[in-house]
Amino acid sequence: MTAQTTSITQLSADDLTAPPLSLWQLAWLRFRRHKLAVFGCVTLVLLLLYSFGGAFVRTEAYANFNDTSRRLEPPSSEHLFGTDSIGRDILARTIYGGQISLFIGFVAVFIETILGILVGALAGYYGGKLDAFLMRIAEALLSIPTILLLLVMAKFFGGKIPEIHIAGRTFSGSVIVIIAIIGATSWMYLARIVRAEFLSLKENEFILAARATGTSNFQIIFYHILPNTFAPIIVSSTLSVANAILAEAYISFLGLGVQPPTATWGNMLESSAKYLDSAPWLWFFPGMLILLTVLSINFIGDGMRDALDPRSRAI
Amino acid sequence: MTSLLQVSGLRTRFHTPEGIVHAVNGISFHVNEGETVAVVGESGCGKSVSMMSLLGLIPTPPGEIVSGTAVFRGNDLFKKSEKELEDTRGREIAMIFQDPMTSLNPVLTVERQLIESLRVHLGFTKEQAQTRAVELLEQVGIPDAKRRVKDYPHQFSGGMRQRVMIAMSLSCAPSLLIADEPTTALDVTIQAQIVELVTRIRDSLHTAVIWITHDLGVVAGIADRVIVMYAGFIVEEANVDDLYDSPGHPYTVSLLAALPRVDRRRDQRLKSIPGAPPNMLIEPRGCPFAPRCEFALEKCRQKNPLLTQVGPNHTAACWVNPKTGALR
Repeated sequence: MTAQTTSITQLSADDLTAPPLSLWQLAWLRFRRHKLAVFGCVTLVLLLLYSFGGAFVRTEAYANFNDTSRRLEPPSSEHLFGTDSIGRDILARTIYGGQISLFIGFVAVFIETILGILVGALAGYYGGKLDAFLMRIAEALLSIPTILLLLVMAKFFGGKIPEIHIAGRTFSGSVIVIIAIIGATSWMYLARIVRAEFLSLKENEFILAARATGTSNFQIIFYHILPNTFAPIIVSSTLSVANAILAEAYISFLGLGVQPPTATWGNMLESSAKYLDSAPWLWFFPGMLILLTVLSINFIGDGMRDALDPRSRAI
Repeated sequence: MTSLLQVSGLRTRFHTPEGIVHAVNGISFHVNEGETVAVVGESGCGKSVSMMSLLGLIPTPPGEIVSGTAVFRGNDLFKKSEKELEDTRGREIAMIFQDPMTSLNPVLTVERQLIESLRVHLGFTKEQAQTRAVELLEQVGIPDAKRRVKDYPHQFSGGMRQRVMIAMSLSCAPSLLIADEPTTALDVTIQAQIVELVTRIRDSLHTAVIWITHDLGVVAGIADRVIVMYAGFIVEEANVDDLYDSPGHPYTVSLLAALPRVDRRRDQRLKSIPGAPPNMLIEPRGCPFAPRCEFALEKCRQKNPLLTQVGPNHTAACWVNPKTGALR
């Protein structure tokens, strides 16, 4: 490093008044120092590239093309990840399966976040009977083991939604069902977090001041209090993406999730269950992809927790 | 002069686990257009609660406005719906608070908070409101307003934040400004600047001001009329000079005696009022100040005196004339 010879007396006023860092700049500085979180970010970007960029290399028709003469072939130069029990290319299927798995993860969490924020904000802000009512619903849902709830709902709603066509592609209606039930069964934790934040934030004097300037309740909830709760919401939602992807894998593994021929990492695992010993490549690649995704999202969530924690003052 | 605000028989109480807190016990007062009324009294005497009751800012429950009317420009504030109150708050009646460090939202820029009431109440477009926000900051004496308007509250000092609060409250040119101890959290030189700023704006906008404080020094400098409150009652009301010259209530006398003065000898101790304010959980019976009053008679413990005329535009609630110690 070259020595800086400018003495302090030579600095102008402008040099000394560096613009103060915003909350997000500070958070970014702290996040960058969290090595595992940065690793998680890079991995997740690569996984997204793999799933969505891979579509340019392999077509969906190819992913669903079964050549029964080439069943259960181990990885080779022609089929890098091998072929499955009915002769489909596993590489191509992990690409399209990844799209569905990640899509389910993110959209389910989007629904979860909206529900969680709405319920938590209304309960926390208005309190009283509404709070009691909403929180009892949340507690009732929390007291049922999630996996059972998921299975029952998947069984109940499965097959009731017809296939859908988006952007020239056909999706099994089960994708929508899975997104809806994951979203509908996971908002309770977030709602509790948001409610707790609202309970304490609404007592602040700046909320009283906002009310005194004639701000409506709607504006106060969504423009004055909600931005103060973004940090815990972002952390919780990030970690939820991993849970949603895992939840999809469970249900699909148990055969109640997204129905073939639409591939997901979860239902690829399911179809490999019979060949655990004889054809390990069947479960290894989708399994590894799920593991990597969940791990990297959890690392990112951890990093965000540290970066956004107002009590951590280190830069 | 016409009366801008006429409050009669306002009674506010809070239902708490310990019992009912009788915060405001039937107060009546008025504020004229463009007039400055100071409300003084010690902590917990119901100054803030009565003003917040007017604006519907008391959380209900536990709060409850038991009775009273507050006629503002011909309409009773207590009869307004929540929606109508929202239209009144900030537009016609604005309020500034004690602690500027906590009354601005830390995650929103000053601009965002300034343009809010302009857009809600006056229907400004975003661009109009942004231009106006800069003008408002300039009016309250914030240097480099064009750049500072994009800053967050934590980038301002306490005095500057109080200026921002004042700019916010005055953005719609309200006809009444309620200032709830706006200088208490600031140091003395900044206090003087804020008082001067509010006086200047009051004169230019012809805004009536209700200035809540426990600093009688500030009162003398800014107010036309003074209302003295004790334990949720108004115990004295007078023009500012009359109040200082001939206080009509023993509590006011004690308050003035407790004021540090430059012309007093150094070896004289500041006088304090013996005893403590009454427990607001007990329904008041008799004069609430009687236990601490040097003039207290048997009558005072039995019956609470009503506000009576003791001079021109001067009322006090006491059986005794504190100047002579004789019954009125």
